[in-house]
Amino acid sequence: MEIVALQVLNSLFYAAVLFLIAAGLSLIFGVMGIVNMAHGMFYALGAYVTAWSVGVAGSALPPAALFIFLLLGAMAVALVGLVIEPTLIRPFYRRPEEYQLLVTFGLLLVLEDVIRLIWGGTPITASGLVDSLGLVRIGGLPYPIYNMLMIGVGVIAAAAIWAFVYRTKFGVLLRATAQDRRMAAALGIDIGRIYILAFGLGCFMAGLAGAIVVPTQAAVLGMGVEVLVISFVVVVIGGLGSLEGALVGALIVSALRTITIQFWEEIELAALYLIAAIVLLIRPTGLFGRKA
Amino acid sequence: MSRRGLGGVAAVLALLLVFPFFAGTYQTQLLMYGLTLAIAALGFNLLLGYTGLLSFGHSAFLGTGAYTVALMMRYLGVSSLELFILGGVVCSAALAALLGVVCVRHTRIFFAILTLALSQVLWTLAYKFFWITGGTDGLRVPFSQLTLLGGLVSFPGADAFAKFITYYYYYVLVVFCACTALMWLIVHSPFGKTLQAIRDNETRARFLGVRIWRYRWLAFVVSGIFTGLAGILWVPLNGLVTPDVLYWPQSGKIVFFAVLGGFRNFAGPIVGAVIFNYLEVYAVAVTQYWQITLGLVLIALVTFLPAGIVGSAVRLGGRLKKKGSEQFP
Repeated sequence: MEIVALQVLNSLFYAAVLFLIAAGLSLIFGVMGIVNMAHGMFYALGAYVTAWSVGVAGSALPPAALFIFLLLGAMAVALVGLVIEPTLIRPFYRRPEEYQLLVTFGLLLVLEDVIRLIWGGTPITASGLVDSLGLVRIGGLPYPIYNMLMIGVGVIAAAAIWAFVYRTKFGVLLRATAQDRRMAAALGIDIGRIYILAFGLGCFMAGLAGAIVVPTQAAVLGMGVEVLVISFVVVVIGGLGSLEGALVGALIVSALRTITIQFWEEIELAALYLIAAIVLLIRPTGLFGRKA
Repeated sequence: MSRRGLGGVAAVLALLLVFPFFAGTYQTQLLMYGLTLAIAALGFNLLLGYTGLLSFGHSAFLGTGAYTVALMMRYLGVSSLELFILGGVVCSAALAALLGVVCVRHTRIFFAILTLALSQVLWTLAYKFFWITGGTDGLRVPFSQLTLLGGLVSFPGADAFAKFITYYYYYVLVVFCACTALMWLIVHSPFGKTLQAIRDNETRARFLGVRIWRYRWLAFVVSGIFTGLAGILWVPLNGLVTPDVLYWPQSGKIVFFAVLGGFRNFAGPIVGAVIFNYLEVYAVAVTQYWQITLGLVLIALVTFLPAGIVGSAVRLGGRLKKKGSEQFP
């Protein structure tokens, strides 16, 4: 019974991370119509910046203060996004999709090597953050408090994004732009500002996901490439461009992943991709997708 | 084809035929990599350039061709390249037929994501079922165990490698020429014209009574077979197949070939694949940060040269011609 409780927690932790990545991907697609192949690299960048800054400041600061670096890592990634959108992505809004995919694929290649250039090939860890919070006993089994805290962060983030998109004036402008770009522009909305902020927000979420994950594993090369395909699976199941879809998709994917790892480890990823294909066959727009 | 076009093709062919005589073993080997990848690019471009479908999962076919060879060699003890080609083509055709049923129902971004996701199923299988596929260590396909032309040519002895490169070069060249000719016929056949009609206006094509899905599916299968064949020829050259060949950045590279050369031009992807191969090899040799080089080239390309190398050259040639004729009306 305890093992089930632990697996549910593991699954929720993974779902929180996946949601942050997939929601950013979905937000960028929903507003700008661009599928960002480099999105996984922003997640990796968040992980690297956080692990590196925790490593640099780790000895000087008390462990509790180190949590600020999770936020700083995410904000650093958002800054990178704010630079990249107007310089690199903006010229491609009017171009065919294959060029949009390719420019972000080029960005992925560049960012991966930039990470290698700055931090080298050896993984960096920030496990001190997990250790500083200690363990809690569930039944008789130990479980890191850090993971439980981060599930909470995931819930708060989901609520905050929901409130931001559906309850603020900026959210209204965002949704208006997503629905009809030309009409929104004609009504005097500054589309350029909406785009740059949406892209920055998407990057912030991916960076936060990376920052949350890195204390439990390590920042390694290839993590961005790997996570991208899984977040595609999430948005395909949930529906590209839908925040609710990203949430439900993240929960489904992480539950499925936990179950397959428990019972038949080899088919873990294959099962995910197959589920995505089946959903696309039955409901091409995903569970929550809008009709194209 | 115009007379000038035919002359150009003959010149390139002659150059390819004599290439091993004045270039060393290494250069021949490099060009061979380029030619096998060019076959993959030809297949890929039947979808992107002629049908308007961007596949981000063509690594699946390249990998299926390569793994079929490796598995046949390891578990069935086959050594004949002709049998490998037979087995590999059957396997990639079967895979393409299966994936095609799912994928061609979608277009645009969903097609790209679906092909990507499905190709990654194969990657995880190759990666996780290590007791069959060797996992990340991969499977070796040593050229010394290979025979060509039904066992007539084999490669024993001390200077076997140079002999292999020379013989295999001409083998690859013949297959490459056959593939190029076949693809030329396909895209200029009524079938190819129908694909282009679907690409340009799906609704109109449907009103004309074209069964869109069936045509797209057929294009998908043909495309998969070509790319599978490229994987078959590539693996003895490489001597090893690892799951990397199935991983999705490999699909990105195939897209890269087409864009580099220009996917709206028949010869574009061929040129793109050969040039990309040189670009990658020399970038890797010069710096460990070769990805950044490729990434920047790709970004510059889609930003400033969207028609690709061949497309831009053709356009430039056309403009010069026009200027000339304006001077002497």
